This record gives sequence, structure tokens and C-alpha cells, in this order.
Amino acid sequence: MNLDTVSQAQIDPDHVQPFRELGLKDDEYFRIKEILGRRPTSSELAMYSVMWSEHCSYKSSKVHLRQFGEKAPHSEALLVGIGENAGVVDIGQGYAVTFKIESHNHPSFVEPYQGAATGVGGIVRDILTMGARPIAVMDPLRFGLAQAPDTKRVLPGIVAGIGGYGNCLGLPNIGGEIVFDETYAGNPLVNALCVGVMRHEDIKLAKAHGTGNLVVLFGAKTGGDGIGGVSVLASETFNDAKPTKRPSVQVGDPFAEKVLIECCLEIFHEDLVVGIQDLGGAGLSCATSELASAGSGGMNIQLEKVPLRDPSLSPEEILMSESQERMCAIVEPSNINRFLAICKKWDVTATVIGEVTDGERLNITFNGELIVHVPPRTVAHEGPVYNRPFAEPDYIAKLAASTVDVPLPITAAEIKDAVLKLMASPNLADKTWVTSQYDRYVQGNTILAQPEDSGVVRIDEQTHLGVAISTDANARWSYLNPYEGAKLALAESCRNIATSGAKPLAVTNCLNFGSPEDPGVMWQFAETVRGLADACLELGLPVTGGNVSFYNQTGTVAILPTPVIGVLGVIQDVRERTPMGIAKAGLDLYLIGQAGENFSGSEWAYLHGVMGNQAPELNLDVEQRLINLLLEGQSIFESAHDVSNGGVAATLSEMVLRHKIGAKVSLENPAPTLFAETPGQVVVAIEPTSTNDLVALAGKFQIPILRIGTSGGENLIINDADISLVELNQAFTETFPKLFG
Amino acid sequence: MAKIVVEVMLKPEILDPQGQAVGSALPRLGFTFATSVRQGKRFEIEMVGDPSESQMADIQKAAETLLSNPVIETYVVKVEK
Repeated sequence: MNLDTVSQAQIDPDHVQPFRELGLKDDEYFRIKEILGRRPTSSELAMYSVMWSEHCSYKSSKVHLRQFGEKAPHSEALLVGIGENAGVVDIGQGYAVTFKIESHNHPSFVEPYQGAATGVGGIVRDILTMGARPIAVMDPLRFGLAQAPDTKRVLPGIVAGIGGYGNCLGLPNIGGEIVFDETYAGNPLVNALCVGVMRHEDIKLAKAHGTGNLVVLFGAKTGGDGIGGVSVLASETFNDAKPTKRPSVQVGDPFAEKVLIECCLEIFHEDLVVGIQDLGGAGLSCATSELASAGSGGMNIQLEKVPLRDPSLSPEEILMSESQERMCAIVEPSNINRFLAICKKWDVTATVIGEVTDGERLNITFNGELIVHVPPRTVAHEGPVYNRPFAEPDYIAKLAASTVDVPLPITAAEIKDAVLKLMASPNLADKTWVTSQYDRYVQGNTILAQPEDSGVVRIDEQTHLGVAISTDANARWSYLNPYEGAKLALAESCRNIATSGAKPLAVTNCLNFGSPEDPGVMWQFAETVRGLADACLELGLPVTGGNVSFYNQTGTVAILPTPVIGVLGVIQDVRERTPMGIAKAGLDLYLIGQAGENFSGSEWAYLHGVMGNQAPELNLDVEQRLINLLLEGQSIFESAHDVSNGGVAATLSEMVLRHKIGAKVSLENPAPTLFAETPGQVVVAIEPTSTNDLVALAGKFQIPILRIGTSGGENLIINDADISLVELNQAFTETFPKLFG
Repeated sequence: MAKIVVEVMLKPEILDPQGQAVGSALPRLGFTFATSVRQGKRFEIEMVGDPSESQMADIQKAAETLLSNPVIETYVVKVEK
């Protein structure tokens, strides 16, 4: 074996290294040489290349993401902020909740089932790493056109992967989104959210403190998963032929993860770790350098001690491997026997691979030879930072000047046709085909799940304290105006939380964009971050963490800018939550909020192939008052449903179809009211006896209300348009089975 | 009458949780001979007469597109008479 050691690197400074193949730019390679004062060894090169990648280093986004810290509102609830594996918020009664959303877009395109499955596995481990028990997951998904052949390959695989992994873990999947748009063809978005709960005192951090403390790798053995790119190094270092090309696909084993979760929770319960980090992207390179970088000193690792599934792996490959279901812990020597005993009980392989030192370097040896000798901060936290050029793309002004000219239904027959057509369109049609593959109620604490406005889970079975989570993005609005689009997505997500009866508390995000090297895309990104930071400041919500996914583009066509915003809310008594469906006849239906005539970026315009004009302007003050109204009036709402994609028409249809109880609605100006998409509206159902209370609330919060009808019957009647629920239901539920079997 | 057998295996470097589970169950049941187990699947496809050259090409194509997932699996096609 020809090992590239530190002394070898000193003797042979001019050795040609394949840094470009590993994605490093010339100046980045020179910077590594500058930091080390010599050329890197191939193991060091592997570590730097992957840790300085866009995915791990956030080198293009960092300068913008700082705004989340700079503009952060003061929040009593925030216990752990951006920078750790996931943010943690206080929800009262001694409970802390951690939640985060991440992308697994590209792997899910290459191998839909395993890509989506390992996406779930990765985010669950992030939550576990904070010391929390994972309690629910959610998956916002985006695909190319529903009819496209590749969507038929990708969607069923992704859905089965999410279901397969999440169901095996026994985690309820309580919501998400499914949106189709042609820009996602070849770039499906698989974003995975997980939420976990712990007691305040159980919070764990990814830090390696205390000289002499041990570094323990535990969980699955290390194989050649996800190291496709690094095989360049292997093939260069070794002359002998490899068995096969290393795969870039990681395969997940949910049962191993389930055991790992229980094992970790028992270890946490006995307070046996000083710091802990999961192994995700960049595997051991990331875990060791991040732990050491966040800690006080250095670290020594003996790489040959890593238990291998595939004994032919080279040291570079061991460092890069993205084998799933692995964790790295820092343990005091006095606790190690107990730690290993718990791992043994759960049949989890655990190995001491090194120790924390009082030095300043991360040293990695392989059979006694020094192969990595780096300052850990330069790998993990002080990577390159780019101020990429950005400029407003030409299409913005062009579209802003255009008008949205779509035919509006006028007669009763036209209105009926329009509602049926809208509800059958893939973006609005019933998603049961997908969500029925997910376990939504396992653990018995799910209060609300898809298709409700937000997912609600009970945290405490005695006090009925619970949390609500919603994820939202309106990529078409973000395309028309990324600044407003981000604010609109945050507002919608908060509105969804409040509609269910919970108080918004904290924000996470998954920002999916095209190539940052395109100034137009970079501008979309910069505007999005600015909008989200401004809106969070105005609504007083801290951003607890998030994820950026760049390079979602095929050729020169980028995806629509898609900032998926997740909001976490707290509800004091989950029994008081407001469901979306109309559950009985004789209720009064009210439209709360100002109806508008915005068709830009609407589903109705999309169905007519029209994209133009401006995103609606958002008034956050109005949104805040609406949220306050929803929360204060919670007890009088029999049901409530947010008006978003598909306008009031979709809102009403979903409300009546939930329990198959119809409604009779009369609208003065049916076409714009039904099909326009204007933010800041909610439809509620109340007992007629609560009318005075609602009027008083509307006055107090200065929000317009309009009585639009009553519930009952077996039809949805809008003015003279009479749609039987059977017919509406058929249109609504037929689409997915027809498309995907 | 020919029988076409298509054997599909995960590529050697891909994690095989099922094989691993069998591998760890064997010693528990007293079978101590195994050092590793990998699990695959086998298709038996019957047809009238021997496959022509173009039919063999079709079989290869079916094996690659339907019976196996070439991203993570390999396959072998055999003809049994």
C-alpha cells in the first residue's frame, strides 16, 4: 500500500494532485498549501475538498445568511441558535423542542428510494444529536410536470423511500407539500424535516472538550457509500485495480437507525457524553474536524481502528465515506466502560478511535503513519467565503410589466367547471395516494396530520402541551419577487400554525436554488434571505437553523427559487386545536381578511400557462393581527382553513370534502374572490351563536370579516353553481391514482 | 421450452441490510460457518423454444430496466434448457 503521509508530502512537494477533479479551485488549493506550509497529503486533500464544498462550507451563502444573526429578534424561547446541528426552543413546562429541515435533492434524483430514505435518516440523526427524541417528520417535495415520464420514475421511488425509512423508525409523517413545475424536472426537491423533544437539561452540543477524553465511533460499520468523487484519489494512490467503481449512492438501514436512536437516548439519559455529532455528508472528515474545531484543543485519531464493512477501503475513502447510521461521541475515560456496555446491550458496534488533546491540530494516523495534520478550524469553520456577484435578472422587469390576463368564469356552469378543473389539477388534487404510504399516527400522539393546515403532535400526555409544524413555499411568487416571496412563505406558514390554534415560535428554512455562479440566481438568493430575515424580525421569530441547496439546475435552466419555510408553534392544550374540515351542518362560514384580486403566480394562472406581473405585496402588520385574531378566537372556531394555493375555491372545497358536509355560499364577486390568491385570508366556520364574539374580535384586531354562507347538505353551492360532493370528490381524488397507479 | 434465469445482486460495495440480518442470525442459531451473507433475487422466465438473438437482447434490456436497478444492482442472465 502506498500511503501518502505528512512526511511524504514534505519530501515530495511537487507531486501533482487531482484537486480540480475533487471540485477545488486553483486558489483554494493554494490556500490549503498556505495553511499547511506544504502540499496536503491525499487524505488532507480529500478532507478539505469535501469540507470546502458548497454543501458543507456554505461558501456562497455565508455572507447573506449572516443576516439571520444580525437581524435576529430577541427571543426568550431560543435555547440554541444557528450553528449547531439544529436549533432548540423552549416550549414551556421544562420541555425543549428542536427541529430542522434539510435537502437531499440530488441523491434522490440519482436513486429515488435510497436518496429519499437516507434524507430522512440524516435529518433524524441531526435531531437525535441535540439530545432529543425524534417525534415526527415532514417532507416537502417538488417534482417536474406530473405527466412527465421521469416524474413517474422519481415520485413513486421517493415517496416509497420516505415511507419505508420513516415507518420503520416508528415516526409519524405529519405533513409536507407536493408541488409540480417543469423546472423541477431533473431537479426534484426532497426536503426532510424532523422535530424532536427533550428536557432542557438534556441538550447536547457538538463540541470536543477535555484533554484525554475519548473519541468513540458507534453505529454501523463503514463501507464505500457515497464516496464516488473521492475514488479519483484512490485510483491515483493505488495502482492495483479496485473491485468496482465506488458508488455515490448511500443505502440506509432504518432498523439500525432505530436501534441507534434508542442506544443514544439511553446514553444521554445516563449523561455519558461530553459532545456528540452525527456522521452525515463528508462522514468522519466532517465529524472529527467539526467536533475538534468547536472544542478547546486538538484531536488524535487512529484511522485503522474504524470498523470496516469493506476492508479494501483506503484511508482517504474511510475519511470520506458517507455510510449511514453512524455517530461520533466524546466520552470521559471514567464513563467509557458504561458507554460501551450500553452499546453492547443494543448490539451497536462502538470503537474508541482516538482522544481529545491539548494541542491545536487534528492528527490522523493510519497504522502509526501520520496522514493528516491540520488546524481543525481551517477545515470545518474557516473555509473559503465568496462574495459572488449578483444582479437582478432581466426577466424580473419584463414580467413585472406584463399583465396576467386569464379568462374568469362567469356563469354558474363556468364556475362549476372551473372549481372541478382546479381541484383535479396535480398541485391541488388529493395527496392521499402519497400520504397513505406514510404512517401518520404511529406513537399515538398525532393530533393533526396531512391534509390539515399544520401537523400537530402532543408532547405531554398529562398537560396536553403540543407543537404544530408547517412548511410552505410559493416558488412562483419567489420567482416574480424573491424578497416578497420569502416573506409570503413565512407569513403563510405562520398563518397555517395559527389557523390550527398554535402560536408561532421559531423558524427553520431550506433554501433551494440554481447555480450560485449565475448572478441572477445569486440575486434571487440574496433577496430571499433579506426578505426572510426582515420578516422574521418584524414578526419576532428567531431563525434556528436551516440548509442551503444550490446547483439545482439542468443546463442553464434553474429551478424556481424555492425557499421552503418551516414554522414551529406551540399549543397549550392540543384538545383545543382547530381542524380544517367542516364537521357539522348549520355553521356560519366567514371569510376573514381582505379578499383581493391577485392572480399573479396563482394556480388559476398557472393552469392557463400564464406567469407574470408582481407577487402580491405583503403587509406583515395585517398578518400579525390576523394571527392574533385566530389565536384569541380559537375557542369559537369549529373549523378554520387557510386560503393559499387555489384561492378560496380550494379552501372551501377542502373544507367540505374533509367530512363530506356541504355548504351554501353566496359571493358578490365570485370569480376573483374564488380563484384569486391574496395573502392574509382564512375561512372559518362558527356556531351562529358566536357571531357577536367574532364581530368583536374583528373590531379589536381591525380585520375585515365577511359572512359568505352556511354549512350543510351534500353539495357545494356557490351562488347558482351547484357541485355535488360526489362529483367534486371524484375530481379531487382521481388525479393521483390515474397518474401513478 | 427454455427457462431464462436472471439473478440480481446488490453491487458488492452497496450495504445489504437483509443479508446482514441473515448473517447475524446464523450464529445465533448455531450455524457458525458463515463470515458474510449477501442476499439477492432470482427470476425464472419461461418461454417457448430457444431464445433468438434479438430475444436475448430484449431479455438483457428487460433485466437492465425492470428486473434490476443498475444504479445499485448487477444482474446475470442464464439460459437453462
